[in-house]
Amino acid sequence: MSLEPATVRRIAKLARIRVEDDEIAPLQTQLNAMLDYVAQLGGVDITGVEPLSGGAQMAMRLREDTMCDGAIAEQILANAPDRAGEFFAVPKVIE
Amino acid sequence: MGYVLEGKSGNWEVVCGLEIHAQVISESKLFSGARAAYGGAPNSQVSFVDAGFPGMLPVINRECVAQAVRTGLGLAAQINLFSRFDRKNYFYADLPNGYQISQFAHPIVGTGTVEIELQDGTLKNIGITRLHLEQDAGKSMHEQHPGKSVIDLNRAGVALMEIVSEPDIRSPEEAGAYLRKIRQILRYLGTCDGNMEEGSMRADVNVSVRKPGEDFRTRCEIKNVNSVRFVMHAVEAEALRQIALWEAGEEVRQETRLYDQARGETRSMRSKEDAHDYRYFPDPDLLPLVLAEDDIAQWKSKLPELPDAKRRRFCAEYGISFYDAGVLTAEQAMADFYETVARGRDARLAASWVTGDFFAAMNRSGATLENPPVSAAHLGGLLDLISDATINGRIAKDVFEEMLESGKAADAIVATKGLRQVTDTSAIDAAVASVLALNADKVTEYKSGKDKLFGFFVGQVMKALAGKGNPALVNEAVKRLLG
Amino acid sequence: MSLTHLSIKDAAAALAARKISAVELTQAHNNAIAALNPRLNAYITTTPEPALAQAQAADARIAQGNAGPLTGIPLAIKDLFCTAGVRTTAASKMLDPFIPPYESTVTAQLLAAGAVFLGKANLDEFAMGSSNMSSAYGPVENPWKRAGSDAKLVPGGSSGGSAAALAARLCLGATGTDTGGSIRQPAAFTGTTGIKPTYGRCSRYGVVAFASSLDQAGPMARSVEDCAILLGAMAGFDAKDSTSAQRPVPDFQASLARGVRGLRIGIPAEYSVAGMSDEISRLWQKGIGWLREQGAEIIDVSLPHTHYGLPAYYIVASAEASSNLARYDGVRFGARVGGEDLIDMYERTRAAGFGAEVKRRIMIGTYVLSAGYYDAYYLRAQKVRNLILRDFTQVFDKVDALLTPSAPTAAFGFGEQMNDPITMYLNDVFTVPASLAGVPAMSVPAGLNAQGLPLGLQIIAKHFDEEMVFTVAAALERAAAFSHLPTVRAA
Ligand SMILES: [Mg+2]
Ligand SMILES: [Zn+2]
Repeated sequence: MSLEPATVRRIAKLARIRVEDDEIAPLQTQLNAMLDYVAQLGGVDITGVEPLSGGAQMAMRLREDTMCDGAIAEQILANAPDRAGEFFAVPKVIE
Repeated sequence: MGYVLEGKSGNWEVVCGLEIHAQVISESKLFSGARAAYGGAPNSQVSFVDAGFPGMLPVINRECVAQAVRTGLGLAAQINLFSRFDRKNYFYADLPNGYQISQFAHPIVGTGTVEIELQDGTLKNIGITRLHLEQDAGKSMHEQHPGKSVIDLNRAGVALMEIVSEPDIRSPEEAGAYLRKIRQILRYLGTCDGNMEEGSMRADVNVSVRKPGEDFRTRCEIKNVNSVRFVMHAVEAEALRQIALWEAGEEVRQETRLYDQARGETRSMRSKEDAHDYRYFPDPDLLPLVLAEDDIAQWKSKLPELPDAKRRRFCAEYGISFYDAGVLTAEQAMADFYETVARGRDARLAASWVTGDFFAAMNRSGATLENPPVSAAHLGGLLDLISDATINGRIAKDVFEEMLESGKAADAIVATKGLRQVTDTSAIDAAVASVLALNADKVTEYKSGKDKLFGFFVGQVMKALAGKGNPALVNEAVKRLLG
Repeated sequence: MSLTHLSIKDAAAALAARKISAVELTQAHNNAIAALNPRLNAYITTTPEPALAQAQAADARIAQGNAGPLTGIPLAIKDLFCTAGVRTTAASKMLDPFIPPYESTVTAQLLAAGAVFLGKANLDEFAMGSSNMSSAYGPVENPWKRAGSDAKLVPGGSSGGSAAALAARLCLGATGTDTGGSIRQPAAFTGTTGIKPTYGRCSRYGVVAFASSLDQAGPMARSVEDCAILLGAMAGFDAKDSTSAQRPVPDFQASLARGVRGLRIGIPAEYSVAGMSDEISRLWQKGIGWLREQGAEIIDVSLPHTHYGLPAYYIVASAEASSNLARYDGVRFGARVGGEDLIDMYERTRAAGFGAEVKRRIMIGTYVLSAGYYDAYYLRAQKVRNLILRDFTQVFDKVDALLTPSAPTAAFGFGEQMNDPITMYLNDVFTVPASLAGVPAMSVPAGLNAQGLPLGLQIIAKHFDEEMVFTVAAALERAAAFSHLPTVRAA
């Protein structure tokens, strides 16, 4: 499988990374090299093998339902690049 | 013969399925210890986990899991001992992590069924496809600030149950009945408060149309409809839009739409237009959710009686109509109130009082069942006085009004106001004799065949007895003395 | 001996005996950092004043007689651990202005044990790399030099700043994180020691995530024993991390003296990869000899899917990273570049905030999860990951530990191996399988190559058997008696 420039643009769009026109070709080359490299997995016989999604081999622990966090609005907002009073602010969205 | 829409080309059938998002009742959020309840100053119910700060990790709330299982049991659904959380990746200003933690491939609850009742009394089963747990997003507001959209993350991370139905719904009425029924079951279970104004419940409505007998055609999804009425409107409006398209020889495009309440129509959502590729994959910060049969059995053993079962029991145990039983089991609190009144008493009399005078009083005063205008114990006391013939039904109405005003018990009112019914036959005979004497002309008319006057005599006697006469005894005496 | 050359163990003893003070010890390190960090760039942020304050508190604690195992010990903290009130960048411009209001569990435990934090160590951006060349704060120079050459060499990555600081005597111990080899490979490149514990042994809470199912914090130090001391303080169950293991923390130091007599050491055939240098092969053979001489039974074993570890790792790690790094959107923290609308703001912010390697991995990760490619790439890689885990599980029925080289080469020069990312990725070929399986693994320095650069050997054991790793590592350490010093170092 080889990525077309249009696919590179589509991936960049999905990943919300702005890519300038002159970056497309080198990215295409690099991404294709990575895909070529990982393509060797196609040679592994995976018949009947379950996927392993996590590093921990155990079931999930459940925490008790107690309210023990929050009420720290100022700390939550302290690192915000832009805010409007008690809110985070972003460029206006038109729905 | 069901619901059909007539088009130029003939009849069309509506096919609809609902995805209901119901906010789980819990103290804290699905994956953080921040407060889950609605309200609060902006960003005051947010932890660093909810705001997606670097290095923050989700830890699941046991109660939210229990609530999902209870709901699944209430929907007669399969509970999956193994489930898993996936990430649904997309960027939005009110989605702090850039992904929503949801359950895609392995939901906690599988297929189930819900029974709905239509206006004409028809019962119908609607299939449940699945129920899964997921996080709510925050709230973007676009009107608060002239040049900016602003974000409040209080809701971000609150647990939601997404309940997905099969496309079994065939009319706006069925859609409404289904949503109401789900709401009723969740409220009974105590797993969601069902408050649609506050957004605790909202529905994504999937609609398509087809000619009878056809396979499914393309559907559209109408997002976030927040009342039963709007769901019903949206189904109809969207169906009509699609019929118009098909009949004009155009295609219905699969898309996400909004219901515009003001215009009563659906419209395409611009912001959702760019084709989504959510890249679901198992959340590596979480582990598989494995439930023990024991836990489920325990949660099951503590489930309340659900509305359908309660309704059928009310019919059987109290001898009331299926309709009345439906009214009385609409809400858990209502059913509890009725049972407190009815238990050990004339249950049908109780049903007629609760659905009659009591409901009327509730409506007039705008009271709720948490704070009823007359307590169940007091209403029961009133029924006791009727049953043991201390007062008659006519006086009971007055006593009830007095109870509403004074908050006093019925027997106290009857005692202080001397409303005890007259059962002394000599006093009744005397009252009848005097009424007949005063109305000699009418007695003559009666005797010459004007039977209807019987009621007049009874009324006059009751009046003479200040309404307190025992109706049966008065009837008997009038009949006897008229000869 | 100079204060900066002490082991943690000896420093702790000297502190306890009141032969030195924590303030003196910290000041010596502050001075060394002031002198050498401008050149080596091992620290992104130094915190000399807070460090002295912590040292004063440590001295007071020692005076009161309630010192912890690390009281007064100056450490470098990889700048991937969130530290309350101290800027945490992950070596990315994206987080340049970020000051966490919270402390990671691992660093909180180190502070509770009395440690002094000298500063935040440099790393590859978001821990993605094997050279430390991808840091937005500039590369780290390896304190080691090839004989007769002044060429700048990389310290390895991603915990390259931690490794360089240790080697140059700019700290007594350091924290690292290891996703595919980021503790072990830089340890090997700098003649230091580092262990990636079992996945779940150290809490990930407060550690900036790269690939959640692989990331593991661990200690780096100049001896196996120092690593054991540090890990004892870093490890432990944390209710704030769902993947944290609910297990007691053993006394790791106790396992050091056990010896390898009677232990079965596996030598996996697949680690003899094409292109591995003779020097590395010879060192490996030497290591085998040392263990055999000390009474271990050497067993040839096979981990048949080893070869697929690296490609599976790049798919899994990039996929997770693409999602983990979605939160860097310029809304709640970090840097923002304005745009004409929300999407434009996101795209400009992320284009400016992330470096080239991070962008490549996000894009590959996005691609392998996207509709139509998920099964062919991500799902297949997860299945291969299961086969790799199975390899380890099966082999640990036969042997107690595995011995392999840590890296296929010694440290390379700035600019070398930079032409294409794949060559760079091959650095991790020996470390990645243990990461995918989640088993503990450690690198110990075992000798020098012909150019005078350090080389490391890797010990791998089964899940939660760090004690076995330490036992074998200590035996190797004793046999190797590695006492060489890097060219650039504090007095
Ligand atoms: Mg939906
Ligand atoms: Zn949903």
